Amino acid sequence: MAFDLSRRTALRGMMNGAAVAVGVPLLDAFLDGNGTALAATGAQVPVRFGTWFWGLGVNPSRWFPDTAGANYELKPELAPIKDYQAKISVLGNFNVILDGAPNLPHVSGGPAIRTGRALTAERGLPGESFDVTIGDQIGTRTRFRSLDASAIGDPRNSLSGRGGGNLNPSETSAAALYTRIFGPGFKDPNSATFTPDPQVMARRSVLSGVTEQRQALEAAVGAADKQKLDQYFTSLRQLEKRLDVELTKPEPLQACVVPGAKPPEMNASGDIEAVMKNHEMMADMMVMALACDQTRVFNMMFNNGASALTRIGSTITHHQLTHEEVLDNRLGYQPNATYFLTRIMDAWVYFIAALDKVQEGDRTLLDNTLILAHSETEFAKFHTIDNIPMMLAGRAGGRVKSGIYVDGAGTPVSRVGLTLQQVMGVSIDKWGSKSMETNKTIGELIA
Amino acid sequence: MMMNSMKRMTWGAAAVALSVVVSGCAASDAPKTAVVEQGEPALTRAMPGAQIVAMRRLTEAQYRNIIADVFGPDVVVAGRIEPIVRPVHEMIASGAAEASISPAGLDQFDAMARNIAAQVFGEQRRAQFVPCVPRDEKLADPACAAKVLTPLGRYLFRRPMSPAEQAFFVKLAGDGAGPTGSFHKGLELALAAMLTSPRFLYVIESAEPDPARPGELRLDAWSRAARLSFLLWNTTPGETLLTAAESGKLTDQAQLRTLAEAMVASPRFEQGVRAFFADMLLFEKFDELSKDPVIYPYFNQDVVQALPEQMLRTITDHLVARNGDYRDLFTTQRTFMTRSLGGLYQVPVARSAGWVPYEFAPGDDRAGLLGQAGFLALYSHSGRSSPTLRGRAVRELLMCEPVPNPPGNVNFTAVQETGNKAKPTARIRLLAHATDPSCSGCHKITDPIGLSLERFDGLGMARKTENAALIDASGEMDGKPFQGAIGLGKTMAASPSTTQCLSMRALSYATGRSGEDVEELVPALDRKFAAGGYGIRALFTQIATMPEAYRVVTKPLAAPAHVSMLTQ
Repeated sequence: MAFDLSRRTALRGMMNGAAVAVGVPLLDAFLDGNGTALAATGAQVPVRFGTWFWGLGVNPSRWFPDTAGANYELKPELAPIKDYQAKISVLGNFNVILDGAPNLPHVSGGPAIRTGRALTAERGLPGESFDVTIGDQIGTRTRFRSLDASAIGDPRNSLSGRGGGNLNPSETSAAALYTRIFGPGFKDPNSATFTPDPQVMARRSVLSGVTEQRQALEAAVGAADKQKLDQYFTSLRQLEKRLDVELTKPEPLQACVVPGAKPPEMNASGDIEAVMKNHEMMADMMVMALACDQTRVFNMMFNNGASALTRIGSTITHHQLTHEEVLDNRLGYQPNATYFLTRIMDAWVYFIAALDKVQEGDRTLLDNTLILAHSETEFAKFHTIDNIPMMLAGRAGGRVKSGIYVDGAGTPVSRVGLTLQQVMGVSIDKWGSKSMETNKTIGELIA
Repeated sequence: MMMNSMKRMTWGAAAVALSVVVSGCAASDAPKTAVVEQGEPALTRAMPGAQIVAMRRLTEAQYRNIIADVFGPDVVVAGRIEPIVRPVHEMIASGAAEASISPAGLDQFDAMARNIAAQVFGEQRRAQFVPCVPRDEKLADPACAAKVLTPLGRYLFRRPMSPAEQAFFVKLAGDGAGPTGSFHKGLELALAAMLTSPRFLYVIESAEPDPARPGELRLDAWSRAARLSFLLWNTTPGETLLTAAESGKLTDQAQLRTLAEAMVASPRFEQGVRAFFADMLLFEKFDELSKDPVIYPYFNQDVVQALPEQMLRTITDHLVARNGDYRDLFTTQRTFMTRSLGGLYQVPVARSAGWVPYEFAPGDDRAGLLGQAGFLALYSHSGRSSPTLRGRAVRELLMCEPVPNPPGNVNFTAVQETGNKAKPTARIRLLAHATDPSCSGCHKITDPIGLSLERFDGLGMARKTENAALIDASGEMDGKPFQGAIGLGKTMAASPSTTQCLSMRALSYATGRSGEDVEELVPALDRKFAAGGYGIRALFTQIATMPEAYRVVTKPLAAPAHVSMLTQ
């Protein structure tokens, strides 16, 4: 860790120089007997949802377990999750069905998982991604509907959006993420005092003023531009909502420990070591954003689909290695390409561990969260998109079972999106389009 | 082609019929989405009679230029802007016409707006923008606020605010002054609201009936002012253009030409040309450029920043300062160097800071835009060159000839590692593609172009050998053989696709329409480009003045059912 997350420094308070000291034991008093609700208000400990993406898949025979069910076998490339196996389910044999749309290499798989639709243009998303739908369901009372970050440092590295050409841009540095979450506008939930900021109040009224321009504009536009305006005003409403949150005294949260300092600025680059470091700092920020209830939805991108990760001294990137490196006859896989996968699994475990370290009553933050980790291809060398590796971590506050290997038996991957949305309270009974339309929840996962 | 334009015409007419209904606002069977609701706020008539025909989101460069022009270059624009997604094989300018603003994107715009507004009305600068003395610094003063906000609104919205809009922002300033106890804070909040408004963040193009073509629409004067300004200077229209719009000059063909000619003669035209080429040549890719420092010791942050700048300096020096022929850009020996580039190019650079002109010796293979390290490095891998990527970039970016993607199930095993001693050069390694029928179709249109640039490595440094084997830099394009970068440059200069592609890109850039949508205008434009000696000023003046570019073309949309019923 590059900076100090120690609880005591954090609790000294930081907003507007109005230092407030809060004793730690006091916070425990807010939790009721079983630790799942805040006694002061009766509010439930929130359930969170997130995604964690990595590019270029796995070597399937070295990663996927052979037998469905609990206590699945950990093959060499999955071995890094060992300590968290009980909290991680593995999903295999779910297929992406494109109905004749081209398999755009490294592009088609991700959007199919996130939207249940086949991408036809080589950009954007073919529909709303489920993290956005889930955000509309569970994220309305937090400052941010969702937080998005790209450890490889590319703002276009995103699979989240409402469809069309736009993607929710990713934050590219931990420093920027810090400022966004804990910078101006942040109210420490554990601060004993709360004064609504008069400037925020004024801004709130300004924004509702901007909303008044809506009818004037929409009366004069055509259908395509109206869509853009709708998205703009949706964004504006979320901004207003955030100001409302900033003007409301937050509930105290035992697990919230405000990071003491802004992490150092790092130049984005494809070097795997730099990306690992950037990811760790971003993971720490995300975890505290969740613990402090600043957002309940997040999207963490480790690398991009056609991964630009490099390793000092190598002539080519991770992506090129998957295509050009010779399969080692003795090993049966591509050792240099696989090196990157090993690091990616290490990063994933770091993320899970960081969530699991935060205690919320008798559960951990990981237990109160549900995270879908997935790639965009099964075996990158051949761009296969059936059986894309996916993992589900956390238990969504007890709503899902964990620690099992689910064999999808070749059914559409949209079953995953459907199940996740249902678990998170989105009221739908079917999801996806054409051959990926499904009403079959993955029953094995439901607690 | 014929069928297509016929269809387009029909749709255009239908859309016009629909818009007439909308502007009348009275027809009882008007589609629900277009009806102006009862109890409309006063703002509804902000743009009386205007039909919005396009909304083009500002790019980051435009945003920065506008802030610098309206508030001064010393106002800091901190932060990044949500990137506009580039449609495949198209300009970002046409992506801008489709771009919406996500919650995170608006967040960034909002934070930037507040930051800018705080600087503008901070104690240091406020005197510049507040021409009146408020009655009480702690209270609202509508009269003084109006004096401040009205001219700013005209610049930021690129047309005068309506009385209702004016009253609205003045009221915001008053509402803000109350709780903050400061007149200037009130102004700050009102300005931040302007900078977050869709009227600022989008260049809104609106139309009026075209007297030359009854029943059709053309862009109105204010939209023309913005079009000219963003096309030629990549910034918001200034006083001259706004006044010209007010007095009807921009719909008069002769006066429009005079203005456009003055604008391309101005030093600010260079800024416009830079923005155009940065878009056409995919310069956003420089943000992600990374090279292995072990393999390329000359690669560092100074070099990364200098690479695109060197290309832009070469382009603007040749096309703008020297009024050169676009085709000669591919063979010119003139360029500019910094000390850090000097190392990469292995040429002496006398000055330790800044840029110095440099001319390669006659016969040097390092000639033309494609011999520049920026191009060569961008279309290479992180640790080696790529004839395929380079050839593809030449085809797609400079000749507008899209190359298909590799098939999804491609097997690259045949392309061996660079370390393989049996296959020392890229030419030999790529033979595998040339002999596999599923690959050769595309590789034969890319690789022979790129192989002529193989005497430059993955960072663009000159070399004679690869893995100790001598490099053969012969190339071929559309059946014409040539040698090295200079040969490629001459072949490009001789190809009609080169100038037609530039014409198409420039037209797409100006109008925000896709290449396909402007295609039919290209042959005529290219002839004018030729008549102007392939000068960039001639091309841009032509685009800025051609009536076709200001005509409103309505494309068929996936329209809701009730709308299509109405157009029967």
